[in-house]
Amino acid sequence: MTDAIATGIPAAGPRRSILIEDALTRKRNRSERRFKMYGLGAITISLLVLFVMLFTIFRDGYTAFFQASLTFPVTLDAEALDENGNRDPAELAGVTTIGYGNLLRAALIQHLNAEGIDLGGVSEADVGALISRDGPAQLRDQVLADPDLIGQTIELQTLATSRLDGYLKGRVTMETALLDSNISPEQLQLADRLSEAGIMTTAFNPGFLTLPDASDQRPEAAGLGVAIIGSLYMMFLVLIMTLPIGVAASIYLEEFAPKNWFTDIIEVNISNLAAVPSIVFGILGLALFINFAGMPASSTLVGALVLTLMTLPTIIIATRASLRAVPPSIRDAALGVGASKMQTVFHHVLPLAMPGILTGTILGLATALGETAPLLLIGMVAFVNSYPAPPLDGGFLDPATALPVQVYSWASRSDPAFLERSSGAIIVLLAFLVVMNAVAIILRRRFERRW
Amino acid sequence: MNDMRVDQTMMTTDNKITARGVQVHYGTNHALKDVDVDIRDKMVTAFIGPSGCGKSTFLRCLNRMNDTVASARVTGKILLEGEDIYDPKVDPVQLRAKVGMVFQKPNPFPKSIYDNVAYGPRIHGMAGNKAELDEIVETSLRGAALWNEVKDRLTEPGTGLSGGQQQRLCIARAVATSPEVLLMDEPCSALDPIATAQVEELIDDLRSRFSVVIVTHSMQQAARVSQKTAFFHLGNLVEFNDTDKIFTSPQDPRTESYISGRIG
Repeated sequence: MTDAIATGIPAAGPRRSILIEDALTRKRNRSERRFKMYGLGAITISLLVLFVMLFTIFRDGYTAFFQASLTFPVTLDAEALDENGNRDPAELAGVTTIGYGNLLRAALIQHLNAEGIDLGGVSEADVGALISRDGPAQLRDQVLADPDLIGQTIELQTLATSRLDGYLKGRVTMETALLDSNISPEQLQLADRLSEAGIMTTAFNPGFLTLPDASDQRPEAAGLGVAIIGSLYMMFLVLIMTLPIGVAASIYLEEFAPKNWFTDIIEVNISNLAAVPSIVFGILGLALFINFAGMPASSTLVGALVLTLMTLPTIIIATRASLRAVPPSIRDAALGVGASKMQTVFHHVLPLAMPGILTGTILGLATALGETAPLLLIGMVAFVNSYPAPPLDGGFLDPATALPVQVYSWASRSDPAFLERSSGAIIVLLAFLVVMNAVAIILRRRFERRW
Repeated sequence: MNDMRVDQTMMTTDNKITARGVQVHYGTNHALKDVDVDIRDKMVTAFIGPSGCGKSTFLRCLNRMNDTVASARVTGKILLEGEDIYDPKVDPVQLRAKVGMVFQKPNPFPKSIYDNVAYGPRIHGMAGNKAELDEIVETSLRGAALWNEVKDRLTEPGTGLSGGQQQRLCIARAVATSPEVLLMDEPCSALDPIATAQVEELIDDLRSRFSVVIVTHSMQQAARVSQKTAFFHLGNLVEFNDTDKIFTSPQDPRTESYISGRIG
């Protein structure tokens, strides 16, 4: 007996000082230091990549918020705009943007002559080409909305064409203008004189956030208005659909459902659904909501339904995790004083799980907000340049786009002016995501309680 | 058979709870084997025994808390004043209002002290108005010897109290629903000696109003607070007798070994 114990204890070696690192300790410390270095390296690389990404986006995108415009007086000639002088809306609408274009060009040339600015051999048509093609359309809308303007002289601020804007931002240079059929070096020299005279200025462009998308020929007028409204509509619909369904499903599965093979299958499938590529949900939405149920394509309702299907598994998983994180002692306590299962859940478990549920929901929404692929399949990539109606007027059925889809469609257009707008749209999208994450953090802080 | 029924009704006159042939299975594990216990009214009954002997399991049968464990299967008869608590007609929610429970770890709700105590009366509709509810809260907190310590901070969270205070708050919460039986599952195991003494004193007070069943690891505690003691070992009820007799002249050798510290 005593022998066995004696042999179990290792023989004492020579005494070693703890002041000197022995070989094994040295080895362990070295591997620990190495591991720390790996971790630090990984974090540094990811921060670097993140920084480069953000830097590129901001460098390319911040200019989208600023736009060059031309300011000059325009006399809204009654003879040109309203031949018969009766202000009849139908006749006013008969004057096309071409008519307004001529008016604008004449007004600009007249103003240049009055200011004594040398046209430098630029033809009248090319002077007119400095004005955005959207300028006449905007002026026409303005006049149709307020026919009293006819006959007056107004100080008009209208967008400059994207090439001039690009010249001010350094995207277009004399060299590229030589190769560009849309702009000539002479026009750019004229633009320099316009800038000096204060006729052409660059200012913050609210239209980037409010205007609808514009065609390939007028990137300067393209805005995110429809995309922002579309994304907001979809977020709203996704929220009111996923939160009740997701939370109810999670509570049932976590607290009430019997544990058997059937609930096991449901559980496995929810996890699997969370891993299904989002584009598959787009195909499902196309088949189910548009082809089968006949809902209008490109509408925010269909988009929201698809995103709901896509987000639900994520929200259910997050909600179940936070329900499971509520200590069982709280359930015991409630049951112990005679609360029913449902009272236990709704009075005690759910309030404690709320921060987790809200965080999960908002992060799910953020994923949905940035989702592009399924929306492409249900037609939200279409060119939409009219705003959807307000929600109560059936706006959820109107065609719209979404922020990430707008990024995609702008990025795929040929005019380099759309590149900056695409990056600008990414900045707006990132701002939305940052706001949503901030809300998630605030809600978590507010609801967080210790137990 | 007929005789047995008569016998049972006779027993219920002074027995609050009568358990006969109670068996509990957790899946394939036979956790409790054929337990017969009578819990007397207005008395403290202690369940002692080594860990895993089934004493907590049996306690949780008495208010059907084992229903929440999916794999648990309870057979046998447990009568509360002659009524079978495992009868299909019995709603466990109603039963638990009559048979309150205090748990091993203090588990106040993360709500105010007032709301902790008022929760039970509220869900059972015991108070018609605020004044009545206030009164129930005050009596319960006084009953749990906590009133003087917390009367000025009823709106503060119950989780902010010390461990001993939290446990007394849980006792107040259990008392507030006016139960007939109070089950306590090792109520002092997470408390320091001073808090333990306070809770033990409290248990002695509570005896005047209901029957108390306490599971404890401490034999000294069983000896101090209880009148009846049941000794469980490996799922069997080994011995059930007056506390004095259990500790002075145990009938079963296993009981003797346990109380003298040789097993468990």
